[in-house]
Amino acid sequence: MTTTPTIAPPQPVATSPVIRRRRALPAAGGGRREVLAAYGFVLPGFALYALIMLYPAVQTMLLSLRDWSITPGADSPWVGLDNYARAFADPVFLNSLVNAGAYTLVTVPLQIIIGLFLAVLLDSKLPGRVAFRVLFYLPVVTSWVVVSLLFRYIFSSGDGLANFVVVDLLGVAGENVSWFQDRWTGMIAISALGVWKGIGWSMIIFLAALTAVPKELHEAAAIDGAGAIGQFRYVSLPAIRGALATVLILLVIGGFNVFISVLLMTGGGPGNETQVPLTYMYDQAFKFLDFGYGSAVSFSLTALVLIVSVLQYWWTRRSLRS
Amino acid sequence: MITSRRRRNLSHAIRYALLAFAAFILVYPFLYMLSTSFKTRSLVLGDPLQLIPEDPTLENYAAVFGVENFARYFLNSAVVAVASTVLIVLLSSMMAYAFSRLRFPGKRILFTLIIVGLTIPTMMLIIPQFLLARDLNLLNSLPGLVPFYVGTALGFNTFLLAGFFESIPKELDEAMLIDGAGPWRRYWHLALPLSKPALATCVIFAFLGTWDEFAWALTVLNDVEVRTLPIAIALFQGQHSTSWGLVFAASLIAIIPVLIVYIVFQRYFVAGLTSGALKS
Repeated sequence: MTTTPTIAPPQPVATSPVIRRRRALPAAGGGRREVLAAYGFVLPGFALYALIMLYPAVQTMLLSLRDWSITPGADSPWVGLDNYARAFADPVFLNSLVNAGAYTLVTVPLQIIIGLFLAVLLDSKLPGRVAFRVLFYLPVVTSWVVVSLLFRYIFSSGDGLANFVVVDLLGVAGENVSWFQDRWTGMIAISALGVWKGIGWSMIIFLAALTAVPKELHEAAAIDGAGAIGQFRYVSLPAIRGALATVLILLVIGGFNVFISVLLMTGGGPGNETQVPLTYMYDQAFKFLDFGYGSAVSFSLTALVLIVSVLQYWWTRRSLRS
Repeated sequence: MITSRRRRNLSHAIRYALLAFAAFILVYPFLYMLSTSFKTRSLVLGDPLQLIPEDPTLENYAAVFGVENFARYFLNSAVVAVASTVLIVLLSSMMAYAFSRLRFPGKRILFTLIIVGLTIPTMMLIIPQFLLARDLNLLNSLPGLVPFYVGTALGFNTFLLAGFFESIPKELDEAMLIDGAGPWRRYWHLALPLSKPALATCVIFAFLGTWDEFAWALTVLNDVEVRTLPIAIALFQGQHSTSWGLVFAASLIAIIPVLIVYIVFQRYFVAGLTSGALKS
């Protein structure tokens, strides 16, 4: 995306007026006017951003420390860390964390492995590669609402496509499974959607990283006798480690923030068994109007995800350097 | 020579087989949805491999537009998405211009706050945002969605565009400065025209993001006539629990604008995604 400069940089002559103007550029034409103009550019957007993002971010923290009453003007007493104590003694919240963890543990490696595999297959002058790329990316651009309902239908008990596959095609189940009547089969259905929808995204990013690897490296490795697997192991893989680390971090964050698919496929049921933190937070706030407790759940999740991402970032930075 | 060509053909064949298998898995659910949308209610749960229904019917599509007043929801979504997209691109390109090309006190702090915001998951803010919308009297209103959609999208788009504006040579600004052009003219006549690919990326992501947005609209919209498409579709499913043909007819209509945007602009999709993901 970098455009190469079309004009040669001025010669470094200390007294040249070009240099002086260059250094003074951002404030040229009357410094104060330029500064005022800059604020004119920034403030409309930033004011809105502060109102919609920054102020609510602070508010979440404050809300979580109160027993919030939805009635305007009613008393919302400060309760300190009570909401947090309640959350970490709440089996449903703890189970929701386990569910999100399991979802992440299953969907992230599968998205990375399959996405990388497809990217490697597409990383050459294969006729029709654009068509494949477009097709693979189709689930990514389709809205979560549509694909969640679609997968709910696919996993619907009775004659859904999923039961057709596991009973008639593969024969791994003797009879039709009621996917949404049980915690783990429900989580399987939700995870299947997560993987199916996310493969194209990781594939595109890996493909971009692979395309940047110079072809000469592959040729040199081939002359040294490396086969397809050897070239992948010693040429491609080291070259895309940065992309791999980024994808890993973003997918883990996404995994813990799973929401719409759970809401629309199981609604957290049966009996709260497939709740994830965000659906539980949503229920607490907008079903039971317990805004303080919902905020504590939401803030705990964010803090947890932040810690995990920082650890991941630190760890990948270290292993990239070595 | 011959053996190496044969080996290459074989490797091509294996690759195509694997790619075709993956494409089949990723696309089949869409075909299944398409097929179901043409089935009558009683035949909906039939043989999942039979993609061409025996008695194809348009009754689901007719019902979506007739009984369900779907055109209204389509229009609601379109108006909100277009208004939000225009504001997102305008405000974030203005901010990005100032951050990347102008000097002013406080620039570093403001830009850091933008970056920090990129790490906040939007769903985390939904409770205080709901209270804010209530206090500003923006609940249950279509125009009330716009400031929230714009506010949450500004960070990412500003970040993306600032990166692009940085790459425009400073010498071009100098040339315009000599002609006495102020910041606004340099932004409008220099930075924006040179940034069409980046702006296209923003337009696409802003439009799709607002067209498909679900959680916020579900939370703040109550009345039937202010529903957006994703809400309408999700509620069809709740209201008519067995009427999958209807749900999928509505879904397919909602996907059409996305498909057009996607197929026409697919290279910008890739550019936007990779520049966003690989830089951060």
